[in-house]
Amino acid sequence: MSSPPSIVVVEPDADRARLIAEALEVAGAAAIHIIGSESSLARAIATHDPDVVLIDITNPSRDVLEELTLASSPLERPVAMFVDRSDDALTRAAIEAGVSAYVVDGLRPDRIRPIIDAAITRFQMFQQMRTELEATKRALEERKIIDRAKGLIMKARGVEEEEAYALLRRAAMDQGKRVAEVAEALVSTAGLLS
Amino acid sequence: MSAVEIRAGFIPLVDCAPLAIAHEIGFAEEEGLSLVLSSAPSWSALRDELALGQIEAAHMLAPVPVAMALGLGGMPAQVDALAVLSVNGNVVGVSKDLAGKLSALGHGFDFADASRAGLALMRATEGRLRIGVPFPFSMHAELVYYWLAALGMTVPQGLDVRTVPPPRMADALADGEIDAFCVGEPWGSIAVEGGHGALLLPGASIWAGAPEKVLAARRDWIAAHPGLSEQLIRAVWRAQRWLARPENLSTASDVLARPAYLNMSAEIIERALTGHLVVTADGQQRRVAGFLRFFDGAAGFPWRSQAVWMADRLAARTGLDRLEAALAARSVYRADLYRSALAPTMADLPGASEKLEGAILEVTPVASQRGTLMLTRDAFFDGAVFDPDLRD
Repeated sequence: MSSPPSIVVVEPDADRARLIAEALEVAGAAAIHIIGSESSLARAIATHDPDVVLIDITNPSRDVLEELTLASSPLERPVAMFVDRSDDALTRAAIEAGVSAYVVDGLRPDRIRPIIDAAITRFQMFQQMRTELEATKRALEERKIIDRAKGLIMKARGVEEEEAYALLRRAAMDQGKRVAEVAEALVSTAGLLS
Repeated sequence: MSAVEIRAGFIPLVDCAPLAIAHEIGFAEEEGLSLVLSSAPSWSALRDELALGQIEAAHMLAPVPVAMALGLGGMPAQVDALAVLSVNGNVVGVSKDLAGKLSALGHGFDFADASRAGLALMRATEGRLRIGVPFPFSMHAELVYYWLAALGMTVPQGLDVRTVPPPRMADALADGEIDAFCVGEPWGSIAVEGGHGALLLPGASIWAGAPEKVLAARRDWIAAHPGLSEQLIRAVWRAQRWLARPENLSTASDVLARPAYLNMSAEIIERALTGHLVVTADGQQRRVAGFLRFFDGAAGFPWRSQAVWMADRLAARTGLDRLEAALAARSVYRADLYRSALAPTMADLPGASEKLEGAILEVTPVASQRGTLMLTRDAFFDGAVFDPDLRD
């Protein structure tokens, strides 16, 4: 086998799929097929007869790919997970990045490695984006709660905004908690008083 | 003394209850453990988390540790079963179209007689029956193969068994991708609620003593942490004992209904816990004794004979040596650790670690440490008895 490996990417999000495909092309993959729909997945993959199948680890349809490892698989060639079943470090790196790869048996590791590496890098980027997005969302929510807690203190104690925040911060320091946590406790129980 | 943190993964299903209850009702804490539970998106992802040490324990399909011992599946590692988490609890369901054909043939959906239902199903099906199961290595797949083979179907050739993630099962049925399914609750009930099909049989009507999920951990982790493994077994055993009391089942349903677990209506969850199922879209109800067992009849005991049964079925289907497979499987179900873990408790355990599978027809007293143990029915629908002591 000397031609560049062909790849199927299972990814319902079209934008993500495009980004993955671009990275794989740069890494030297030949044919790249994207499968977005999750119905009859095993058969859809079999029609492309790929060397490698890549899927997001959080995709519930990943269990369908497990069929490909069986002798009764819809694929003609048996598939194992990853290049070399003993390559634990690569397996771990991929899983931590959030991608799992099913690779046809007998493919030379040096030919598949750049592909897997490219996929890992791309999925790490997705993961970082997701983490950043979540952090931003959380910060926004905390900000809202702190504002409400400040409002409650201002009303109850007749103080200005600055002093209300100072009170919150002092309570947080005394309790060894974050300001947002104290604010949340205040907001969630304040309803009992009115 | 502060509690030791144990990370445990689960799939959001009714039978993750022993882990959820061990955490929520405080049984883990009583054992000095702090369970950090996380739900996994798929069985293969859960298995990989366990194999790679991202978690220490998992709610796992009973055949997965056996399959791994036989070298089957995508991830090489050795995972053992510390305890059985649940016995039975699956349902076989059919599409609206197939349900209509079965009714036309005079089938009454008694939700009990596996022979009658299976023969009717084979008569009503044109071509190969396409049936969805959650995972290639699952009791769901084993029950389907066993049931239809015993009724004369050539398996696996005569059957098209497809992997379908449980949350997609109702859609796959509605879209005509599959004709039938075997799945764990609540997904069968959800297909009925959505009007996509009817429930034909409980898994228990095919095999009344089918180990469904196990508490799994990596063998090297168990060897390095025998004390923690035993604490974990005890915490789960206490949770299972709690789940065996009918008065606790509505609390259990409420716990499982929370967003961190199944995130759905407690009413749907309670159907499986009480064995009181709605089987057709027009609301016909059936009550099944022993639909899902957590505790009665030493349900948690990891019988080595169960592991051998699964290994024998897998070996026959994948062309592996059956005697070697049986040998590999025996050591995977940790009856040894289960016994040492429960020695300080009131648990009455069976005297033997293997039994003839399928030989118990009614509740039967058996030889046990305290002489009070009753085993419950574990019969196969066709009356077969499996001797784990395989010979050529």
